Amino acid sequence: MSAVPVSSPIAPASHARTVAAVRQRTTAWFARGASILASVMLWQWLAVTHAKLGFVSFANVPTPLATLDAGRDLMASGKLVRHLGYSLWRVAAGFASAAAIGTGLGLAIGRFEPVRRALLPPLELLRPIPAVAWIPLAILMFPSAEASMVFITFLGALFPVLLNTIHGVEGVDRRLIAAARSLGTGRWKMFTEVILPAAAPSIATGLAIGMGTCWFCLVSAEMISGQFGIGYYTWESYTLQNYGGIIVGMLVIGVLGMSCSALIRFAARLAMPWAAGTAR
Amino acid sequence: MSIAPTPGRIDIEHAHIEVGDVSGRFEVLHDVSVKIAPGEFVCLLGPSGCGKSTLLGALAGHLELASGTVRVDGDVVDGPHPDRGLVFQQHTLFPWQRVIDNVAFGLKMKGVARAHRHAHANELLASVGLAGFESRYPSQLSGGMQQRVEIARVLINRPRVLLMDEPFGALDALTRARMQQLLLEVWGRIRTTVVFVTHDIDEALFLADRVLVMSSRPGRIIEDRTLDFPRPRNTEMVTSLEFAALKRHCMELLHRGESDTPFPRMTPLGSPLAAP
Repeated sequence: MSAVPVSSPIAPASHARTVAAVRQRTTAWFARGASILASVMLWQWLAVTHAKLGFVSFANVPTPLATLDAGRDLMASGKLVRHLGYSLWRVAAGFASAAAIGTGLGLAIGRFEPVRRALLPPLELLRPIPAVAWIPLAILMFPSAEASMVFITFLGALFPVLLNTIHGVEGVDRRLIAAARSLGTGRWKMFTEVILPAAAPSIATGLAIGMGTCWFCLVSAEMISGQFGIGYYTWESYTLQNYGGIIVGMLVIGVLGMSCSALIRFAARLAMPWAAGTAR
Repeated sequence: MSIAPTPGRIDIEHAHIEVGDVSGRFEVLHDVSVKIAPGEFVCLLGPSGCGKSTLLGALAGHLELASGTVRVDGDVVDGPHPDRGLVFQQHTLFPWQRVIDNVAFGLKMKGVARAHRHAHANELLASVGLAGFESRYPSQLSGGMQQRVEIARVLINRPRVLLMDEPFGALDALTRARMQQLLLEVWGRIRTTVVFVTHDIDEALFLADRVLVMSSRPGRIIEDRTLDFPRPRNTEMVTSLEFAALKRHCMELLHRGESDTPFPRMTPLGSPLAAP
């Protein structure tokens, strides 16, 4: 708000409100921290006592402290940066191509009936196939392991981006298109000036979900081969019986996936200040 | 940027319009013929669903005629054109553009440079009383302000014909009265032809040079009345005896033209109007 002088009777009340809000937020964060701490303690207890809960056994599950050690070893070995570098590159390449192809196809399918009729049926057939199931074929199809890994992450992001784009284009208000035509908008400008911005919130949602699924698929992709990558590290830790490393890998993937999705949402908010709260 | 006032003669000859899909086509307009002179302010008055918005949609070029012709200045209307500006009941501003860019949109489509189109948009915004609101987003404006922006956005193209589909229908009574006054002021300056659809008799009589009363579906024109209330008009005229007599006359016409089964209201795009 602008600098309006606040009259004295209001000031203490609003101050009290601010204090109350801060206290409420602090309590919420404290509760969150306590909940996580409790989970870690439960994990520690289950792992130390080698608990056997009927079906599930914690006999081989590393303790939080063992995980911490594994994490420290990974840092000390100097390999973490290379693992992360490879994984980030694969996710970036897969995601970027999925974003470009997914939005492009989605715009065309959503806007042009003949394109929809030609392309949507095969895509609908391919959609339910999980990315892992593509691994053997990907190895046969691509010249290098690197390319097939990028392809798997690409597949992970493609469908969320594609479907949300189609949905966004279909949802564009017909009246906006009619108004634009009455204002002299041609065919191409209609795309860039109306359809694309109107569908943008939905596309942004697709990109954020696609970023998450990219990381889901990364571990499966990096099982293909390679010597580096955080998914590869997770799998390698299992084969080398470095059980602490498994958890380190899982946590790193979780944190990175979450951060990348948050980054997309943040960028979307910056790019679309008018759509406050629509791209969740 | 003042160009010689453009004409805006409208000739509608034996227009029939059908809407609906293959399974259910029905006639909305039946043999409508009207001539409207350049600069005339015409109100289309009729009961809900009588096809007045449909006629407007045909004038805008969004709906095809089943038969007959619609001409503006001799040219057959065969699609939308910036010369024929259309204002909807619910605003159609682009939510992703600031007010200034919404108003300047038509000039952008014509390839006018940014500085130039913004200067012109600012002028228009001032003329509809919205100076200082140029960097807001449409969602940050009241309903009346949104309609003013919508009107400014259409006017920037200097249309020969201004087509308005119950533009103030969704506003509260006080705002509506203010918007009517504003519209007359603006029209007094630019003198474009206006075709204004409404089902509000007071609104039609207050604004128009000429009122065309339409019957229920299939719509036909059942009365063509020229009004000679002096301009500039103000709210006092609404209380005059002459106004009251005309209003009673229009009411009778509307009741007579009304059928027992209410028809769904349509947009100028030929689809049923969604509840706001």
